[in-house]
Amino acid sequence: MAISMNWVQDYIDLTGIDLKNLATKITDSGVNVEKVIQNNLNNLVVGEVLECKMHPDSDHLHICMVDIGSGVHQIVCGAPNVKKNIKVIVSLPGAILPGGIKIKKSTIRGVESNGMICALSELGLEEDTKENREKGIFILPNNLENGKDIVEYLGLNDTVYELDLNPNRSIDCTNHIGFAYEIASVLGRKVTLPDITTSPIEESVKNHLSLEIKTPNCSMYNAKMVKDVVIKESPDFIKNRLIKAGMRPINNVVDISNYVMLEYGQPLHFFDKDKLGDKILVRMAGDNETIITLDRKTRTLTNEDIVITDGNTPVCIAGVMGAENTEVDSSTKNILIESAIFNSYNVRYTSLRLDLRSEASLRYERGLNYEYSTLAIERACHLLEKYADGKVLSDTITYDNIDKAKKIAKVTKDEVNMVLGVSMTDKDIQKSLDNLGFEYTYANKEYTVEIPNRRLDVEAHKQDLIEEIGRLYGYDKIPSNLPIVESKKGSYIGNVKYRKLISKRLRSLGLNECRTYTLVSKEEDNLFKTDRKESIHLLKPMSMDKSIIRQTLIPSLLKVYEYNKARKIEDISIYEIANTYYEKDKEETKIAALMRGNYISNTWNKNSIKIDFYLIKGVVENLLNYLGLSNRYQFNEAVIDGIHPGISCEITIDKEKIGYMGKVHPNILKDDVYVFEISLNKLMEKKIRPIKFKEISKYPSVSKDVAFIVDENKKSKEIVDTIKKTAGHLLTDIQVFDLYKGENLDNNKKSIAYSLTFTDTSKTLSDEEVMKIFNKIIEDVTKKHSAILRDK
Amino acid sequence: MNIEEKIEKIKKELKSEIQLTNNTNDLANLKVKYLGKKGLVTELTRDMSNLSIEEKKEIGRLSNELKKEVNTIISSLEEDLNNKELEKRLASEKIDITLPSTKINIGGENILEKLIEEMEALFLSMGYDVVEGPEVEKDLYNFELLNLPKGHPARDAQDTFYTFEDTLLLRSQTSPVQIRTMLENKEKTPIRVICPGKTYRRDDDDATHSHQFTQVEGLLVDKNISLADLKGTFDIVARKLFGNDRQTRFRPSYYPFTEPSVEMDISCFNCGQKGCNLCKGTGWITVGGAGVVHHNVLDNCGYDSNIWTGFAFGFGAERLAMLKYGITDIRTFYTNDLRLKDAFDRREAE
Repeated sequence: MAISMNWVQDYIDLTGIDLKNLATKITDSGVNVEKVIQNNLNNLVVGEVLECKMHPDSDHLHICMVDIGSGVHQIVCGAPNVKKNIKVIVSLPGAILPGGIKIKKSTIRGVESNGMICALSELGLEEDTKENREKGIFILPNNLENGKDIVEYLGLNDTVYELDLNPNRSIDCTNHIGFAYEIASVLGRKVTLPDITTSPIEESVKNHLSLEIKTPNCSMYNAKMVKDVVIKESPDFIKNRLIKAGMRPINNVVDISNYVMLEYGQPLHFFDKDKLGDKILVRMAGDNETIITLDRKTRTLTNEDIVITDGNTPVCIAGVMGAENTEVDSSTKNILIESAIFNSYNVRYTSLRLDLRSEASLRYERGLNYEYSTLAIERACHLLEKYADGKVLSDTITYDNIDKAKKIAKVTKDEVNMVLGVSMTDKDIQKSLDNLGFEYTYANKEYTVEIPNRRLDVEAHKQDLIEEIGRLYGYDKIPSNLPIVESKKGSYIGNVKYRKLISKRLRSLGLNECRTYTLVSKEEDNLFKTDRKESIHLLKPMSMDKSIIRQTLIPSLLKVYEYNKARKIEDISIYEIANTYYEKDKEETKIAALMRGNYISNTWNKNSIKIDFYLIKGVVENLLNYLGLSNRYQFNEAVIDGIHPGISCEITIDKEKIGYMGKVHPNILKDDVYVFEISLNKLMEKKIRPIKFKEISKYPSVSKDVAFIVDENKKSKEIVDTIKKTAGHLLTDIQVFDLYKGENLDNNKKSIAYSLTFTDTSKTLSDEEVMKIFNKIIEDVTKKHSAILRDK
Repeated sequence: MNIEEKIEKIKKELKSEIQLTNNTNDLANLKVKYLGKKGLVTELTRDMSNLSIEEKKEIGRLSNELKKEVNTIISSLEEDLNNKELEKRLASEKIDITLPSTKINIGGENILEKLIEEMEALFLSMGYDVVEGPEVEKDLYNFELLNLPKGHPARDAQDTFYTFEDTLLLRSQTSPVQIRTMLENKEKTPIRVICPGKTYRRDDDDATHSHQFTQVEGLLVDKNISLADLKGTFDIVARKLFGNDRQTRFRPSYYPFTEPSVEMDISCFNCGQKGCNLCKGTGWITVGGAGVVHHNVLDNCGYDSNIWTGFAFGFGAERLAMLKYGITDIRTFYTNDLRLKDAFDRREAE
């Protein structure tokens, strides 16, 4: 929101006030003045384009001969709307524009250019947007004298505050009177409201219009009529002020409605009274009712939209946009002015649905002060009388269903000091309230405060008053304490605790934590679909590549992998722990990892350890052991979507599936990439026992090696299970120490060698004892697995 | 030759042979020659059958002495040779210690997580619990109970991804965790929590915007809590993250769920408040928002606002990390470029 300080000074005396300093004060008290634009412009004059031809070396540049009074300058101009016989703003060499551009003599594609024809955005009068740039240069009225200094005309020697408003203050500080009150509360000065007097003719609007409100969503409707208006250009001060507020002047009538809106915040709508007829009926639209709006578009309405009608036909979408059928145009003579309050939610929904949000609709949405609705319509009449030669009819047609209950709140000094943590005196509090212009009484150490209607954002609650009092008192006076509370220890609660635990372990195992996006594309959602549940789709995604909430983290890790690989990183070990969602709002936290390349790498002595299935299996086992789940997990061959069918397994704990692991299917990725994904929730449901010391045997162990020739498809685990079962508790360790296929063995056979360790915690084992078990093991394994004992 | 002469001869021979022995192999042979079962020293005591007991004794004594002497000479040479050979071996084992190391690929945390963990440690030490809440959240918790009813204009600032009608959404802030914490605390006891978490808004991703981002939000509910308590808490955070010489300030602001609401600023660490690009010439940098919990929010969650007060604060984790580490593109946190790892895999300066 841009506020012209010249304009504001119509309502408050700022004599002797440094406007830069004031901006800081206002910001400190809660209304953020983002920028103070103080122009110091010169060398800006009116020019007349005498000639305009295309630049020979360009498809968009023009060469213009411009009369600037003191002579004719050749200027190259790139604007699409430059043409012969128009008056324009010329910045002459030596000028410095608000954006810092220095104008000097130059040569543009071989053609000399002595200055620049300006757009409003280049003068800091409009935001520099693509839209505004497309509008091109600003065309001045034809009656201006060539060479005239334009700074004064454009009101450029004004100070403009660019406000960055919070939603609460977007109600009252988006108009100049409201902002004047804010200045008044900071400076302790008084606000004078503008002149709203008129000299009405005897004829009453009541003879020309009947009003009927058939919806509870219109709480106030004021209508006044002005006759015999002359449509023409607005006076300079209105045009300048509108330009500075970011609005384009159109004609006096339209400009006055915008001007009053920028004064009071009350949007007005003007109907061509002759087109409208004698009735106004406000009602909800019917479903599929249509209206052609001012922008010549046919809009289909719903029963959520409020419409103004002439009794039958809609003539305006309330708060949003008028209809073509009652538009004020150059031949309009008689005007009906509407100043109304509509349900802000309806206006919001309608303007959002029709994509017709405007300065007016935003003000309806935020809420309006009914006192200003009445004042604004009078003010518009005053201006129409003055600047459009209109005759104001007497009386106002009014529908008023506003709840006018006063907003009263009570607060004590102690309450103020308790919440703010300060030590304000009654004098301090009274000063704040006086400056705010809030009326109050003081009795029994309690302030009873009436909150004025212009502050719709302040509710009738002591907390609201404390905030208002505090922000004017100054938050810089708040001391720094620490809360006095019971001491207790802080803890990680719930899943966070496990996430941290697992994260630390995975990092220590050499994996790097990643953070990727929750939203994925349909293609990514289609990967690794084993055990997939119903995905959650966004209702209105911003783009298709972020339209679905992921159920698996692996596609995201693959993206991280690709990103890093493209940057020549060979060894990639990464993981992520994140929430996944399915079936409306079900949550599952998953741990996923991706590994590729060397786990430990040496670039020159071939001493690297390469990542393969058994390495990632080692990572998983290490993690599960760390989580206290040793001896409870299993890896079972399984077919998993997206995983190499021969290098793939599911991971179970206590027979419950918790995740999977394997090599990424070559259809998805050609590289040797290994992944796992485990459900954190399922892991953490498992109860574990406390850590207990277990004595290490004092007696020596006995080791025995044995090798079996078995079918090549025989799983090692089956043999190990048999060995364990036969050996019983004396077998304390079992390791595979050799796997062999090839020479001396049949094609479909392999040899696996195991090293078995036997220990007894109570005595030294005799060779005899061990051999007895060992022979039994050989017997059982050969029998059960059609194995042959391999000779040493 | 009598026995004495024989001994002298052996000694003489050994002396000259020792001079010629310069490796352990030759030495082993020498050992066998003199001390072996058929060695020269052993031979002395052979064929003593026709000698008297006295003579036998005498020869035995002399040969034992000789044995000892020979042993000493050979052992000493043996030690010499062993030492020499060890030295030779060590010399041959010398390596080029300037060749590159074997890389032990240690894993590290995401940059953002590093910052979050730093904050968590700080708040845990002040007795705050670290809690989580769902990212697919009810509109009720994300907005309504936070004093943001449907149609509230402040919802505009948080353009939200809805997933189911107008009731479920991807949370646009971590504040619903506050609501959940208060509602779930049936005993209505004091609360001290922080909730770092992912949040989502309809933003086009660029250097400073991200549709997914991270908030670290905190809530303290107790009795007689004031803005001054919030200020003290903020001071600790600001100094921990941005240095002990940080000044802080509050500026009035607006959040629907706090009242009064403040913006939390720190003095610019880049220019020492002289004014620079980072602080846009103001000397101050805004790092978070906060305020006294709104009475409606407390009452909505079953904490009687006439008895309980509290403060809530929120930081954008990405913003903090960008400021702290000088990162200029928010996407840095989500691309996970492993080349950044080494720079961040270290302890923080005190």
